[in-house]
Amino acid sequence: MTHLVEIARPKRTVELTIDGQTVRVPEGTTILDACKTLGTNIPTLCYLETLHPVNVCRVCVVEVQNARVLVPACSRTVEPDMVVSTDSERVRHSRKMVLEFLASSVDLSTTPDVDGWLASYDCKPERYGPPAPDEAAGERDALPTGHHAPPNAEYAATVGQPVKVDNDLYVRDYGKCILCYKCVEGCGTDYQNTFAIAVAGRGFDARISTEFAVELPKSACVYCGNCIAVCPTGALMFKSEFDRREAGTWDESKQTQVSTICPYCGVGCTLELHVQDNEIVRVTSPLDHDITRGNLCIKGRFGWRFVQNRGPRPMGGGNGQAGGSAPRGGEAGGAGGNGAGDGHG
Amino acid sequence: MDLKLLDVGPTDEEREAIDTRLGPPASGWDGGERVAQRDAHVAFGGHAARARRNELLPALHAVQSRVGWISEGAFNYICARLDVPPAEAWGVATFYALLATTPRPKRVLHVCDDICCRTRGARAVLEALEQKHGAAHPRALGDGRLELSDDDVMWLPSPCLGMCDEAPAALLTVAGREPIERLVGGLTADRALAMLEAKDDAENVSRIPLPQRGQPGLRLLKRIGVVDPTSLDAYRASDGYQGLRRAFELGREGVIREVLDSKLLGRGGAAFPAGRKWDAVARQPERPHYLICNADESEPGTFKDRVLMEGDPFAVVEAMTIAAYATGCEQGFVYIRGEYPLAIERVQNAIDDARARGFLGDRILGQPFRFDIEVRKGAGAYICGEETAVFNSIEGFRGEPRNKPPFPVQVGLFGKPTVINNVETLANVPFIMLEGGPAFAKIGTEQSTGSKLFCLCGSVVKPGVYEVTFGATLRDLLAQAGGVTPGHTAQCILLGGAAGLFIRPDELDIPLTFEGARAAKATLGSGVIMVFDETADMGDVLRRVAAFFRDESCGQCVPCRVGTVRQEEALHRLAVNKPRGSVADELALLDEIGLAMKDASICGLGQTAYSAVESAVKRCGIFDGRRAR
Ligand SMILES: Cc1cc2nc3c(=O)[nH]c(=O)nc-3n(C[C@H](O)[C@H](O)[C@H](O)COP(=O)(O)O)c2cc1C
Ligand code: SF4
Ligand code: SF4
Ligand code: SF4
Ligand code: FES
Ligand code: FES
Repeated sequence: MTHLVEIARPKRTVELTIDGQTVRVPEGTTILDACKTLGTNIPTLCYLETLHPVNVCRVCVVEVQNARVLVPACSRTVEPDMVVSTDSERVRHSRKMVLEFLASSVDLSTTPDVDGWLASYDCKPERYGPPAPDEAAGERDALPTGHHAPPNAEYAATVGQPVKVDNDLYVRDYGKCILCYKCVEGCGTDYQNTFAIAVAGRGFDARISTEFAVELPKSACVYCGNCIAVCPTGALMFKSEFDRREAGTWDESKQTQVSTICPYCGVGCTLELHVQDNEIVRVTSPLDHDITRGNLCIKGRFGWRFVQNRGPRPMGGGNGQAGGSAPRGGEAGGAGGNGAGDGHG
Repeated sequence: MDLKLLDVGPTDEEREAIDTRLGPPASGWDGGERVAQRDAHVAFGGHAARARRNELLPALHAVQSRVGWISEGAFNYICARLDVPPAEAWGVATFYALLATTPRPKRVLHVCDDICCRTRGARAVLEALEQKHGAAHPRALGDGRLELSDDDVMWLPSPCLGMCDEAPAALLTVAGREPIERLVGGLTADRALAMLEAKDDAENVSRIPLPQRGQPGLRLLKRIGVVDPTSLDAYRASDGYQGLRRAFELGREGVIREVLDSKLLGRGGAAFPAGRKWDAVARQPERPHYLICNADESEPGTFKDRVLMEGDPFAVVEAMTIAAYATGCEQGFVYIRGEYPLAIERVQNAIDDARARGFLGDRILGQPFRFDIEVRKGAGAYICGEETAVFNSIEGFRGEPRNKPPFPVQVGLFGKPTVINNVETLANVPFIMLEGGPAFAKIGTEQSTGSKLFCLCGSVVKPGVYEVTFGATLRDLLAQAGGVTPGHTAQCILLGGAAGLFIRPDELDIPLTFEGARAAKATLGSGVIMVFDETADMGDVLRRVAAFFRDESCGQCVPCRVGTVRQEEALHRLAVNKPRGSVADELALLDEIGLAMKDASICGLGQTAYSAVESAVKRCGIFDGRRAR
């Protein structure tokens, strides 16, 4: 850097070739973002724009000329004169296998977009054999590291296990977990800094867990729900959504979204209330919202039961003006250990 | 950090074990006794406590070797002492096979059932153990039972213990105030039962099987079995520390120039030029720099680094000191796999003696240069030998490989520029100092300079570690080892370890050089040469290789985490003759799985998990002529 003017200049740009097309993007751009400028779609699972890339799912791999192995588009940054293929035979093969590996070992029934990818990569997850029966509750949490039972010639191993329902706010259905690390990042250094959950075990027996796999109310969890917000598979799910799905009354086509500002404190988090049949069934915050980046605390995420208390049902006590003054407690209290106070005001 | 801990404390025994490693707690805040007057005004935590995160694995080890397993109470106390969130510490504790987080007896016999041992008599041992003591499922004992009696014992199968030359092998661990850890070879069923039943505690004798012992012309092995490995004086009397003196004469840049000129390539598997690595770290303005000697040696079939550490530990210390001097490191670590008790003892002894005599510490040999070394003990994880996984393991995180770039020379241990070299790579360095880089480069071939250690095992007359000047062929080396066991013929030969590949017995003219192996579409890997004769059930061997990768995968990335499972399943179906579709269908499926693991995995483990299987199938044709039922 010899010219003073360069200091004020924007980032240098890098020129590279993607699928035969030349693109110029700022230095430091990921291959994934460079592809987006061309309108090239690349499937992703463990990537989220608000989290540090962990590049573990490998569904986004692309081929870079002269590289020995494929590279993850979501985390690899562009280099001058890079020649990238996003749809070569090698790329398609690895993506197909990654998707088959996941679809044959994990319940992807609530993972958005995945059916389309499975079809477009011609995946046949059933070719590994019928899925093995689910493990009993707690079995996967107790798997000894570095040892495993011999395979079964009849079945394909899966991570199937019962849903963990140990609090009133959200459920953990690790039979749907693809181990994308997003919840761990959201709960840890990326946002919440609570570190209630981490990856435990190793290899195929790796799982998201609290210490000693204790129930959430015994753990450090503060029910911010930021893990739910980033989970790409529905493994982490609002209890209100889970119950409706169980009852067969979950219907996204009947849902509307209402934007509002959380009433509890002065931070001013934007809430997206997902409403079905005149009831709030889920609360999110936009990923691109300056304040939240998609994150909330227990109050904004779960403390809205009081809203539902208006309407025909008459309220007892002095706080009958529903939705008016800030309530105490709310549904969050039901979580047990760490929630706010019990019951309604 | 505001930790939320489970409401259980450590037993006195656990507390003592942990305090012995970490020192006593400062206050009630980090798990000590609460003294109301003092503790009301003391703040604990923050950077000072978290900076000790790297003590997590040693603290877990302390409890494991004292009690035999890590209870909730012990675990909580460690978390409080180090200010580590319990869920994260749980993730670390459950990462390692040698740490138990459910009740486990104090006496455990880990019996190798890996590929060399299982074809050399381990099966009879395992069967005898199973018959008398039940199946070896780690959950079979202690399940739900918190009270273990002192008479309880347990045996477990183990991956390769780095004793293949004396197969079958086992590791005995007995927890206690003075824990016993013994690595034994030549195991029989009777001996195994006696060890398990506490009738035989074995000895950690190093019967280093060195067929070339004392032969002229040896370099790396010249002192082994000849010079007392526990005596600094004996080491010095046999040219010891001459290399370091020469290094100080050459100066830092001079040392790097010699190593560059020597064209020394890494012996840990990747064959990267050592001089380039050193040069890159030396140039980094960021400080401090760290040095790691990678002694995790868990590649099935590999035992050369164990022999170097057990037989010539001062050479490792001297070589590290030279490397540290050249690259500007003040702190080094030797990361030794937990299954190597004698190597750990000998290297620790060498470090202590060297420090006591001014070869480590401040002003080494009067020079304005300070350097010290700490031994870090692995806990049963092959993946922790991957260079970036070593960093995470030492730092107290799960041993998951990191993303590259950035490379270790830029961002390594504790985020600082780091030199990481294999034990054998480093062991060459004193020679380069003494004879000069160009002279070293004249030994061997143009591209593979110096000499190389090979680990011969399996069906050969004289198994053991052999040193050969680069250029010899596989045939030459096998001849030195007395050839295949009389009365048997080789069926296939594993070259380079489980991450290497199988070759046919008609390929013995492969030159044992990096370029020769490459030209023959093979690899020297970590120097493994394992001979399987016609009695070996290769289908079973492959299944064990696949099981190894499934067990040792860190689980981070999908192609390896699930691919290793699907690969093992397919090989299992072939072994029990229940293929899905035809045998050819299964082989085609294996190929598809293997390609994805190779192409899309994050690290070398997943990338090579199909290599041995592929070669056995395609090169050695072990399934040829087989049809589905
Ligand atoms: C799964 C895996 C395990 C490894 N284990 C070891 C090991 O035990 N010892 C070792 O020196 N290198 C091991 N390596 C290679 C290291 O990543 C690294 O290349 C080496 O330590 C560099 O030292 P060198 O240049 O002196 O060979 C392993 C690599 C992988 C992918
Ligand atoms: S709800 Fe919040 S604190 Fe609890 S596990 Fe999820 S991210 Fe962590
Ligand atoms: S629970 Fe969800 S966010 Fe967490 S690792 Fe599994 S799939 Fe990813
Ligand atoms: S290839 Fe295997 S061992 Fe390496 S990072 Fe991926 S899962 Fe872990
Ligand atoms: S989205 Fe890139 S690796 Fe998962
Ligand atoms: S010690 Fe048993 S295979 Fe190596």
